[in-house]
Amino acid sequence: MSIIIDKVQQKEKMTNLMSKFISLVSYKLPDDVENRLKELSEEEDNRLAKIIYKTMFENQKLAYELKRPSCQDTGVLQFFVKCGENFPLIGQLDSILKNSVYKSTQETPLRHNSVETFDEYNTGKNIGDGSPSIFWEIEEDSDKVEIYTYMAGGGCTLPGVATVLMPGEGYEGVVKFVLDRMTSYGINACPPLLVGVGVGTSVETAAMNSKKALMRSVGSRNENENAAKMEKLLEDGINAIGLGPQGLKGSKSVMGVNVVNTARHPSTIGVAVNTGCWSHRRGKITFDSNLNYEINTHEGVTL
Amino acid sequence: MSKKVLTTPIKDEDLKDIRIGDIIYLTGTLVTCRDVAHRRLIEEKIPLPVDLKGKAIFHAGPIVRDLGNEEYEIVSIGPTTSMRMEKFEKEFIEETGVKLIVGKGGMGKNTEEGCRTHKALHLVFPAGNAVYAATSVEQIKEVHWKDLGMPESLWVCEVNEFGPLIVSIDAEGNNIFEENKVEFNKKKEEQYKLISEQVRFIK
Repeated sequence: MSIIIDKVQQKEKMTNLMSKFISLVSYKLPDDVENRLKELSEEEDNRLAKIIYKTMFENQKLAYELKRPSCQDTGVLQFFVKCGENFPLIGQLDSILKNSVYKSTQETPLRHNSVETFDEYNTGKNIGDGSPSIFWEIEEDSDKVEIYTYMAGGGCTLPGVATVLMPGEGYEGVVKFVLDRMTSYGINACPPLLVGVGVGTSVETAAMNSKKALMRSVGSRNENENAAKMEKLLEDGINAIGLGPQGLKGSKSVMGVNVVNTARHPSTIGVAVNTGCWSHRRGKITFDSNLNYEINTHEGVTL
Repeated sequence: MSKKVLTTPIKDEDLKDIRIGDIIYLTGTLVTCRDVAHRRLIEEKIPLPVDLKGKAIFHAGPIVRDLGNEEYEIVSIGPTTSMRMEKFEKEFIEETGVKLIVGKGGMGKNTEEGCRTHKALHLVFPAGNAVYAATSVEQIKEVHWKDLGMPESLWVCEVNEFGPLIVSIDAEGNNIFEENKVEFNKKKEEQYKLISEQVRFIK
């Protein structure tokens, strides 16, 4: 009986902590993004670009002081979970995350972004059938859980696209696919963007890889030498297009390009692009089995 | 240079010296209006519950705190992708007499034509800056179509020197994003050629 009571209390404790963490992610950008934006703004001499960067820094300062979502579009929440097989709340985690989104929506507050498809009504709760999205990985011999929390607005979700190329199109086809998206939908996705490119067999493997790429930190490099080379080439190439902040021109276009790849079928190259806007609201929190937490993306911040 | 502030109701002649790339600020009435509101007016022929003549709309879905007794507070408000409304905007301008359309990213040929024919502007508020924007909203005067949910309702706001607003389509139909796109696409082709030669991993 006491074990059951303990579990209820632990569940409540984790829901409260996750809810505060979600709020934090809504008003404070992760360190890697903040740093890169500062670097990019310093390289800028375009008149409009400079005014836009100034507005951005002022906004982030206000959001942090007032504890309000820095961008009104707080997205439909997504969680990428790597859960140890022995983490005590493994079976409760789905409901903890859903409840924490609801709680944070009431308290922060977040925007009501969950619309039930086909029935076409806003639930008014920011949660709905299958939302928030929760993506799982299980880790052997661990009692910890790592949770990436991601808030992507509609603007930076719209460029998302996946396809399957024939091997004859090669990685040249991958490059074309990514570049085409940048000068069409990328302009409206609030550049400077973090570009996630996924490579794999099919649309769903490529799409998941492209989203995982957005969880990787700005400035990190793929371990594979060729993939890392392509990241650098794409980053320099998209920057040379000069989209600038908000697509109104400037010396740079992106915060970076991250590629995540998995093995493919010999007859196919699955490729996907996902973009994160300049307001790339992601955070990573790790809990141990006693629910002590560590925030990996926002140094010196406590809940 | 002094700050260029437009105050509602805005007249045709207020817009004649304003060109793409200029920055203006808005004082007066700004109404949030996005996908479903456009669809209702144009496709469903349901009249808008607010008179927009000489006023401004904002392609935006804010976060609003309900204080009770029909009182509301803006928490965060920033622009959404204007291109989603492109399909409806020309007729929307025609039907309502709206003078300023505030959003993010560019709009297309229809809106250009609407702006040129009926004298209106499309403006970009730098997106993602929703707390900064909220600080120049003085009050929410009314709300309509609450059945659409928080992001899609028509929030009638009184704003004071709301901006910076970057002119993306002027009253002659010039379009800064379309001009930029020509340059972006040319550079894209150059980069594609350069990069392709270096990613021939399949031999």
